[in-house]
Amino acid sequence: MYKAFLIKYAEIAIKGKNRYLFEDALVRNISEHLEKVEGTFHVRKENGRIYVETEGEYDYDETVAALQKVFGIVGICPVVLVEDEGFESLAREVVSYVDTVYPDKHFTFKVDARRARKNYPMTSMEINAAVGEKILEAFPETKVDVHHPQVMIHIEIRPMINIYSTEIPGPGGMPLGTAGKAMLLLSGGIDSPVAGYMIAKRGVTIEATYFHAPPYTSERAKQKVIDLAKKVAEYAGAIKLHVVNFTDVQLHIYEKCPHEDLTIIMRRYMMKIAEHFANEGKCLGLITGESIGQVASQTMQSLAVTNEVCHMPVYRPLIAMDKQDIVTIAEKIDTYETSILPYEDCCTIFVAKHPVTKPNLKHIVKSEQRLGEEMEALVQKAIENTETMIVEAE
Amino acid sequence: MEAYLDNSATTRCSSKAAALMMKLLTEDYGNPSSMHHKGVVAEDYITDAAKKIAKTLKVQEKEICFTSGGTESNNLAIVGAARANQRAGKHIITSSIEHPSVSAVMAYLEENGFEVTCLPVDAYGVISLEDLKQAIRPDTILVSLMQINNEIGAVEPVSEAGALVKQMNPKTLFHVDAIQAYGKMQINPKKMNVDLLSVSGHKIHGPKGSGFLYIREKTKLLPIINGGGQQKGMRSGTENVPAIAGLGVAAEEIYTGFDGKITHMYELREHFITEAEKIPGVSVNGHKDRTNAPHIVSVSVEGVRAEVLLHALEEKQVYVSAGSACSSNKPAVSRTLKAIGLARSLLDSTVRFSFCAENTMDEIDYALEQMRTIIPMLQKYTRH
Repeated sequence: MYKAFLIKYAEIAIKGKNRYLFEDALVRNISEHLEKVEGTFHVRKENGRIYVETEGEYDYDETVAALQKVFGIVGICPVVLVEDEGFESLAREVVSYVDTVYPDKHFTFKVDARRARKNYPMTSMEINAAVGEKILEAFPETKVDVHHPQVMIHIEIRPMINIYSTEIPGPGGMPLGTAGKAMLLLSGGIDSPVAGYMIAKRGVTIEATYFHAPPYTSERAKQKVIDLAKKVAEYAGAIKLHVVNFTDVQLHIYEKCPHEDLTIIMRRYMMKIAEHFANEGKCLGLITGESIGQVASQTMQSLAVTNEVCHMPVYRPLIAMDKQDIVTIAEKIDTYETSILPYEDCCTIFVAKHPVTKPNLKHIVKSEQRLGEEMEALVQKAIENTETMIVEAE
Repeated sequence: MEAYLDNSATTRCSSKAAALMMKLLTEDYGNPSSMHHKGVVAEDYITDAAKKIAKTLKVQEKEICFTSGGTESNNLAIVGAARANQRAGKHIITSSIEHPSVSAVMAYLEENGFEVTCLPVDAYGVISLEDLKQAIRPDTILVSLMQINNEIGAVEPVSEAGALVKQMNPKTLFHVDAIQAYGKMQINPKKMNVDLLSVSGHKIHGPKGSGFLYIREKTKLLPIINGGGQQKGMRSGTENVPAIAGLGVAAEEIYTGFDGKITHMYELREHFITEAEKIPGVSVNGHKDRTNAPHIVSVSVEGVRAEVLLHALEEKQVYVSAGSACSSNKPAVSRTLKAIGLARSLLDSTVRFSFCAENTMDEIDYALEQMRTIIPMLQKYTRH
């Protein structure tokens, strides 16, 4: 029955002169997300409101699901838009709306009218009372409850009159493409896709780097990362993914350095390589899924030593989150099932039995000196042999 | 060069079988249950396939029940026999090295009130007849054994076991999982006292989704798939005619020139074992002589993880399995390798090479050449 959706957005509304930039981005993003849904949609901006209007047949559930993946949207209200043809006509429309949307009439309600167009002949209070009466008349089983109504019927007098009573939550955040670009270090684990999602939610465009170590990591492990990128892309848009062949770098570290330092040194090189691609792609920062104390390489000491090689800011949105909270988000964005597939990633291959948990920067740097001049060439080779692909949502 | 040495996971489908299947999918596509001519034509293909298969086993064509493959055959045999005979007893005997399509079914029956005795195996993966004799009781309704183990190629004494089962308790049914054995051994269910015998099509150059269960005449068995009553009610559902016909062709082909093929595979195996064992840290599990199956070699490599070796070989177009590819890609510890008492450190370092008659000595040499360079390289970076 709904032919339109009223899109609510929160934070954008408080922006100053740049507001139109954010709104335009949101309109653009909504249109893009709806391209994959069957049906014809028109997205338009009107006095601080965004409407999605449909033309002909469309799939309601798919439309809502698509809108729920557009960052910046706070609420999605399926709305009925009617021409202003006087109060009697409006009352009829509302009664018919209630009849269709609520087959069971045993509920309490409240009418909440607002006039964006102040020249309407009745005040908001008058509309509330009059429409409420009409509803009670038509459906005697219903009751008015002005404090805790089960159904809140919104009537907004705008150029067209808006009637709606449900608000489906959107993902929140800021419209994609309004905050620059960052490079995500993506592994096959639970955390990094969530980290990417969270930063993208603030409007940031995402690129990603994955470290592949054949034959120690399998083709399936790589496919798993591509699949994760696809899931994140459902929210974050197409992701440029760099697949770095890391085997020779890793083996060289393994050969030359004390084994308890392996993970830290490896992560420092991952940061360096990711930063290389980040610079190439004009990214403004790196993103990792690190969380304090989760594993040996994520103690504050380890993070400090890893961080030391980076020249750009490293965003760690999960830094203070517990594992269970991260899992909850992973489940919500549907990356969890993929993340727990049992393929080894390059971080777990050469883990020492007792990796250092409190590394000392001077010690690590000294340890790294054993890598010699060949290391530069190996890193260069890894960069040159990187496979870059664009991963789009399915 | 490419060397596909994972033929116990699956084989290339025979071109003749594939061509016939194409014809059945696009031209003779009738439903064998249809009354009209197209139905009759389709039915003829099934009869023809059953005849071809029956001939390879020296049994009657009506004793062949087509299924979707080895797993379904094993399920039908075990669940069907258990349900049909539970009034006579609830005791079942099997071995500790069965494929999951048997062992998981046994676990299911155990949860449902049956008692299952699991026979141990020796270091070569072979059961002892004495153990079997001790295990058989008056209430034993079923003995289920595999003929060739899928991971190490151990050959079980099923012929002797069959005789023993029938001597101890003539009412006990004897099921043989011959999924790795059909096409690699001459099998005569009647002589071997076998009541039920499972076969899979795609292990013998037939199509995936094909297989059959030999059900000896008058065997008490209940179906597990009920419906329209096809295949004498034993397996309802419209027959997969193309797959069945393809399986018939593959069955006929695999037993053509049989002795030569077996000799060829043994020669490949022996050469492979001799050369592989020269590589430091490499050892072969199971019997190395011709008491083992001709097509399976289980190889343990000290200090190298199976998955890593597999991927390193894959880079050189040599395809093998880690443990048993058939039991999905979960890196779980192999029950068979545990049962033969393989050292803990080698459980995760064992790969399976499996041949077919189409493999050449050149392919084996190529695989060996790759192993000689890859294994020492990987051993250098052993995880400590």
